Parts: sequence; structure tokens; C-alpha cells
Amino acid sequence: MKQPYERPTLRKLTAGALHKFGPRAGAAPTTALDGVPVAELVARFGSPLFVLSERQLRRSYQAAVRAFGTRYPAVQLAWSYKTNYLNAVCRTFHQEGAWAEVVSGMELEKALLNGVPGPHILFNGPGKRRAELERACEVDAVIHLDNADELHLLLDVAVGRATRPRVALRVNLDAGIYPQWDRFGFNLENGEAWQALSRVVASGQLALVGLHCHIGTYVLQPKAYGTAATKLAAIALRCQRELHTAVQYLDLGGGFPSTNTLKGAYLPAADTVPPLDEYAETITNVLLGAGFPADELPLLVLEAGRALVDDAGSLIGSVLANKRLADGRRATILDFGVNLLFTSFWYDHHISPTREFSDHTEPTVLYGPLCMNIDQLRDSIALPLLAPGDTVVVHKVGAYNMSQWQQFINLRPNVVMVDEAGAVHLIRAAETLEYLQQLERVPAHLAGPRLSS
Amino acid sequence: MKLKPNIATSEAGFIFNPATGDSFAANPLAADILARAKAGLDAAAIKADILTRYDVAPGQLEKDWDDLLAQLRDFNLLDGSGKWEAGSEEQAMGKAK
Ligand SMILES: Cc1ncc(COP(=O)(O)O)c(C=O)c1O
Repeated sequence: MKQPYERPTLRKLTAGALHKFGPRAGAAPTTALDGVPVAELVARFGSPLFVLSERQLRRSYQAAVRAFGTRYPAVQLAWSYKTNYLNAVCRTFHQEGAWAEVVSGMELEKALLNGVPGPHILFNGPGKRRAELERACEVDAVIHLDNADELHLLLDVAVGRATRPRVALRVNLDAGIYPQWDRFGFNLENGEAWQALSRVVASGQLALVGLHCHIGTYVLQPKAYGTAATKLAAIALRCQRELHTAVQYLDLGGGFPSTNTLKGAYLPAADTVPPLDEYAETITNVLLGAGFPADELPLLVLEAGRALVDDAGSLIGSVLANKRLADGRRATILDFGVNLLFTSFWYDHHISPTREFSDHTEPTVLYGPLCMNIDQLRDSIALPLLAPGDTVVVHKVGAYNMSQWQQFINLRPNVVMVDEAGAVHLIRAAETLEYLQQLERVPAHLAGPRLSS
Repeated sequence: MKLKPNIATSEAGFIFNPATGDSFAANPLAADILARAKAGLDAAAIKADILTRYDVAPGQLEKDWDDLLAQLRDFNLLDGSGKWEAGSEEQAMGKAK
């Protein structure tokens, strides 16, 4: 029998290790996802292929509920739809008990179709249209007010309704992190938030039920949430005192990091990202000590997105070609690029081969198949000597990719979910040219054959 | 293919260029190829031997062979300015004469 082949290659040895962290970790093969062989998944569903783990979705959800629920008596998670609004994912979280956090009329309808009762839908977003506000009122969703114009529009929409629309105020505040997200909601420090709250209550037309803030995304400082919780709790108490309105919930938004490594970070995220328990400890300590009577503690709402779903998603792809760049660097072209892996703009994603290789690795630039310069997945990753046809697995891609993916140059591929028993379900079929063209219309004068002059 | 005469190679794939102080790690197949080249075998003979011993298609081997030459050239390990074995790789790559 012939020996297995691995292309001949040389690696220059450098005194100071260039790739101090990570390279060896990258080389351990991932042969199966949730027990299903990668080769079988590719044979059945093609490549590229997104794979979601139902078990991991539930685990992450339950871990978050445990982190907060063991420290505070009333906790509610609201699944942030934009992070991943594939229905199978949303329904998994809803089965676990999640409400829905939506930011557009489309997402609102999606949540309703997924069986979420209107009152369990929190409607965020800086750009709500009149028809969307009317729809939200109709189904009794909670409208998280973003700005004064929206407040006035809603007051207009509220006229003549049998029930008062339920609202929460989105507050932006200085939580000690940079950059401060001040573009969403009403600012706390300059008095705008309090003014809006007074107006909401004085109007008599709206029911103030909550206060909301979302301080950022991938926030690495639990302390920042402590600051935000302190400030939100203080306004809630002031509402009670001065406006005689008891706020039912405090929503601290999302922004909890996943264990993906940010681009340019020196250490892998697994070693640097604080566990969710630290965030929970900080937030709940603040709320328990804020001065609410023990039987009037507000409900704590959280809109964790990436922290719940990132770990549960993987992307399988294939090597299309290898080439060498003008400066001698190795480049590998994969069958997916930033069209599917939007988050490669943010993260140095962990990427594994799917079979055993020798210990030899080569620093490689990873490109996608798009003909545009920005289609680069990693600028230097130590990978074994992959050959065309070899598959790789990109880990922790569950957040934002399956909603921000682009239908650009290539169609979107199959998405499957592995259930807890190991059965594989197609949850979004690969797009076809017919699907892509369904909504196009060709004007009559362009419909015929090409005119000759 | 002709390596610079002063380049040291070891069976384990360690390559050292005393002129520059650079050292390199070759994977097993690259080490094998370099050892044979140093022993004086020509490219055709080395390739034919690889095809009998390894599970690889001739087209893939040709492509990887060219890539190995590119690496050797890039690392400055080849003798002369690329005039090895006239009529072979360099010409095929349109660079020689
Ligand atoms: C209002 C709101 N809530 C929740 C989230 C989810 O954020 P993350 O995925 O960082 O947890 C976002 C995302 O930007 C958001 O804007």
C-alpha cells in the first residue's frame, strides 16, 4: 500500500516565536460535530455548511439562567432575534422560556409566528415606523422608546386605543466603558431620560413598565454592568418616589462576550473573558442592595445574544486551492468567505482541520472565494498542509453570521441542526438561483432577445 | 534542482544555511526530496519515485513540486540564478533561459 501523501514544504525557523499562542491548538482535528462525522455531514448536505448544536443552545441558555437565577429571585431572558433569527434557533430558546427582543417590524412578526405572546416581545430599535408601532400596540408588545420623536409618534398612535400601550425607556449612560454608546435611547447624565420619563407618565396615555439599557457588545468589564445597574436602579426608585410609578422590570440588555478571540488580541479569549457568573454576581449584588423593598424587586431582564448562541454554531468549509503569494506567503482559498462569515471582521476565528495531519504547519493566509480584497478570513494562521478537497471547521460562529450573511457572488448554503439525540435536521435549505430571482421583474422591453443593430 | 553546495540537511528535516545563518524545518517529504537532490538524483527520477511510493496524483505532485521550488528560491537555498536542469521546472514556469 502507498504511503499517505503530504505536500513537501519548508518552514523558516525564527528565534522569537511569531505565533506564540494558538498554532498547536489549531491543528487538532475536529472529526465530528455533536457526534456526527464531518464527512457524513458534507456528504449529505454539501460544503459550505452551517451546523447548529441544539444541545449547546440549551446548555448556554440554561447556564445563563443559572448564573442569574441562583443570585436573584426574578430573572427573564429575552432572545435577541438579530443575533440569529433562524426559527429553529429561536424556538429552541422559546421552549427554554425565552421572551423575544426584536428591533424591526419584520422581527416582531417573526417572533409572533414563532408563538411568542405579544406581551413577551420587547421592541427595541432606533427606527420604528408608525405602522410598526401600531402593530406593536395591537399585539401588546412592550415598546422600548428610543427618542423623543418616537415618543410623540407613539402618543399619537395611542389616541383612542382601549388599552394604554406599554413602554419602557431606553437609557444610555456612562458605564465607564469606551466608546460610550450614546446613539441609542435617552441620555441619563444630561437629564434627557428623566424628562422623557416624566413626559411618559404625565401623558396618561402610556403605561411605563420598564427601563432598558444596552451598554455595548462584547463588553469585557463586569464592573460596567454594575455601574449601569446602579444608575438604572436609581432612576427606577426615583420613578417610584416622584412619579408614583413602579417600574416592573430593569432590562440590562446584552453585550456579554462569547469566548471568541477578538482580532489583534494577544491572548485567546478563553483565557481572558470573564465568566458569565461574574457579570451576574456584579449585577445582582447591585440590584439586591439598591434599596428596593424585598417584595418589590423589579424583574431583571437580559437580552444576551452572542453569549447564548456563538458556541452552538460551526461552519464546515472546503479548501478549493492553495497558492503562494508574491512575498512567499502561503494562501489557501476556501469555499466560504466574509459573505458567510461576517464575524471574521471582528474575530480571529478558531479553525480546525477535520483529519489527522503530521505536525508540520505552515503560516497561511485564508481567503474566501469572493473576488474582492476584503475577503480574507485570517491574515496568518498556522494550519497543517491542507490539500484541495480537505475540509475545515470554523468554531463558534452561531452569532450574527446567519443573520448578517450576504447573498453576494455565492448563494447561501444549507444550515442544519443536530438535535440532542444526534439526529440531523435541515433548518434552512441552500438557496437556489430560482429563489434568488423570485422577486426580480424584467421590464417587457428587456425580455426579448438581444436586438441587432 | 540544485541546492547551494554549502546547505546542510539532516534526515530529520533540519536545514541550515551557514552563509546566512537561516535555518528551516522541512516536513518528511521535503526532507526526502532534498536528500535525494543532494545525492545527485534529477527531478524526473525523484518524482517518479514519489509516485510509486505515495498516494498522490501526478498533477498534484507537479503542482506541489513547483511550489517547493518557489519556496526554495524564496528562501535563497538554490544554486545559481535558477539555471538548474535546463528544460525542466524553470522553463515550464516561463522564467528560465
Ligand atoms: C438592544 C440590544 N439588545 C441585545 C443585543 C444583543 O447583544 P449581544 O449579542 O452583544 O449580547 C443587541 C445587539 O446589538 C442590542 O442592540
